[in-house]
Amino acid sequence: MNHSVKTASTILFFISTLFSGNIEKELQTQFILAEPGDTVLIPEGFHSIKGTLSIEGKRNLVIRGVGMNKSILSFANQDEGAQGISITNSSNIILEDFSVRDSKGDAIKVQYVDGIVFRGVTAEWTGGPDPMNGAYGLYPVQCTNVLIEFSVAIGASDAGIYVGQSKDIVVRNSIAYHNVAGIEIENSINAEVYDNDAILNTGGILVFDLPDLVQKKGQNVHIYRNLIEENNIDNFAPPGNIVGKVLPGTGIMVLAAHNVHIYENTIRNNKSVGTGVVSYFITEEVLTDTSYNPYTSDIHIYQNSYEREIGLPTLNYEIGQLLAIKYGRTTPDIIYDGMQDPGVTSGLCIQNNTKADFTNLDIEHNFEKWYSPFISNFSEDKTIHSCQIQHSIASNSN
Amino acid sequence: MNYLSRRVLSTLILSTCIFGENPLKYAKPKLSDYGFFVGNMADHVPKAGVIPYDVSAQLFSDYALKSRFIVLPKGEKLDYQPDGTFDFPIGSTLIKTFYYPADFRQLTNNIRLIETRLLIHTPDGWLGFPYVWNEKQTEAVLEIAGERVESSFLNENGEQVSFNYSVPNFNQCKGCHVNQNKMIPIGPKVRLLNHDFYYQDGAMNQLEKWTALEMINGLPDLSSLPHTPDYSNLSDGSIAGRARSWIDINCAHCHRLGAPGETSGLLLNIEETNLTKLGVFKPPVAAGRGSGNRLHTIVPGKPNESIMIYRMESRDPGIMMPELGRKLVDKEGVELVRAWIKNMK
Repeated sequence: MNHSVKTASTILFFISTLFSGNIEKELQTQFILAEPGDTVLIPEGFHSIKGTLSIEGKRNLVIRGVGMNKSILSFANQDEGAQGISITNSSNIILEDFSVRDSKGDAIKVQYVDGIVFRGVTAEWTGGPDPMNGAYGLYPVQCTNVLIEFSVAIGASDAGIYVGQSKDIVVRNSIAYHNVAGIEIENSINAEVYDNDAILNTGGILVFDLPDLVQKKGQNVHIYRNLIEENNIDNFAPPGNIVGKVLPGTGIMVLAAHNVHIYENTIRNNKSVGTGVVSYFITEEVLTDTSYNPYTSDIHIYQNSYEREIGLPTLNYEIGQLLAIKYGRTTPDIIYDGMQDPGVTSGLCIQNNTKADFTNLDIEHNFEKWYSPFISNFSEDKTIHSCQIQHSIASNSN
Repeated sequence: MNYLSRRVLSTLILSTCIFGENPLKYAKPKLSDYGFFVGNMADHVPKAGVIPYDVSAQLFSDYALKSRFIVLPKGEKLDYQPDGTFDFPIGSTLIKTFYYPADFRQLTNNIRLIETRLLIHTPDGWLGFPYVWNEKQTEAVLEIAGERVESSFLNENGEQVSFNYSVPNFNQCKGCHVNQNKMIPIGPKVRLLNHDFYYQDGAMNQLEKWTALEMINGLPDLSSLPHTPDYSNLSDGSIAGRARSWIDINCAHCHRLGAPGETSGLLLNIEETNLTKLGVFKPPVAAGRGSGNRLHTIVPGKPNESIMIYRMESRDPGIMMPELGRKLVDKEGVELVRAWIKNMK
């Protein structure tokens, strides 16, 4: 590329857009014309955008603002497109230092991209938790090589930071609050989620495996050194969505997932369940996907620190009521539905956690008996979930 | 090297420098630059080699009427593929103009052309370019970032309908026309072309006509080829057949394997037979408030409990389906899909 020609065309472009004064069209045009190695700048200011901004088929592109509280793309008046920003079929895209606010649907959706970085990016719905908010904040799906760091997600009516059907993922040093789910890893392979704060959501961190999707059999998910605190807000997900089944007051929830390691997290004051490990059966949905495994297996929970103030679990959900009947104001920290995959021997391993009470709901055999506060033959014995390997005390990230 | 060829060469090099990977190198700035039409361009009288066609089921685009043409490079042909699509030679162009009559009770009077989309088969694959018509209807200019056009018409009941028509941007073209990361045409497939078209010299099956014009290689016997029902024609097949036709053309460009809607596991192409994938008792995935507090995409017998209907009836960009390309509701389409779900057991 002839540098002077490029400079000239950039200047010409700059001049022409300066006069047009339409930042939406200006950014969209730059996204279409960008060449490998280009950086598109989002200037400082509060910019009202009415339609989805789309990036398609690009490689080696940086989209950069001057700060997450300075370069703000507001979609409050959006009348077109279901996302704030949509990025598809691309590689090596870096998003840095800007905010997307109040999009009508998802804030930043990234699909079919190899190499996506969110760094210092905020996705926010500014009106607080509301079922009218978009579903996902930072939303890579069907991607490989995902890095989300120093980012923030606020107010999503599903998950603030959601990585779905993806591979090779790092989510770190980020903050999620006032979402239904703070951080969710779904049907994904090789994920490291560490040093994040998931606070004041309905559920802090979720690891889900769902049927009928293109990528199934998520595995090798590591959740560690996170602060997962006071995830007690009402579940405001629109009914119908699976995340609507998450109990308010959930720290971590593992649903039908496989090969998940949860360690060295601080899990504090989540009123209903510190860590729940459950099968797909609790959703009570009809299952027709024959290649799907609805059980959890190979789940390891170790060296986490649990703490819970005395108080009732949520009473809005049946399981919450049952927990309250059984345990009153001291519900256990780790709850397992007891649905053991008949095909595996390594179901659940619980080891060396601080102050962790445990219960096995043993749904299959005993759940009815839960209705009676006088029968107590479910298991609180962690030894049946002893581990086949000893997780070293000073274990660190892999 | 003489002066002229040096000029051409340097222009070529320059434009490669400026545009590099960028798509503009394949597009001309104005529609008239292509010379597809003779006489007054707005009248769309095609020059020789520009062949009009239509499709039996069309994407709802805010009730816009559409006029379509295909241009093949001289001497080249479409190659028929066993899956019912065609391989297009490089240089093929599909032309589609979107327009409104002032009054839908008089379809040929007071026509206003809004935009003409070109789908060009370049050496870098298919690319889509939107051209927006001027007020005077004398020219259409490339607008890669799309455009909003205030539009209004009187509908068949004489009611005024006003809205902001949205011309898609270059990227959004691909958003619909995508398969396995490549852009593809949607309309010119065997099953959508396999019916009569009214040519100047009389009606004829379009595939027959294209064969007679030596535009196709390897087309099997017509009687063996499928036909997608015209969903707006009550006598073209069953309610189920027409509903699946509507859903296929309006939803399946995204909702099929290899296209963005696959994320949800909801697959709506006309060939799909798995009821869960079609939405029957399927819980929503990633729908957010698009679920409308309903639990399943399709609840047989209960359109008012089916998310599919909720999203078809919405005009909210965070809820409605399709996500793009409409500001209005296809009322007739909704009624058809309602009837299909209602009849389902």
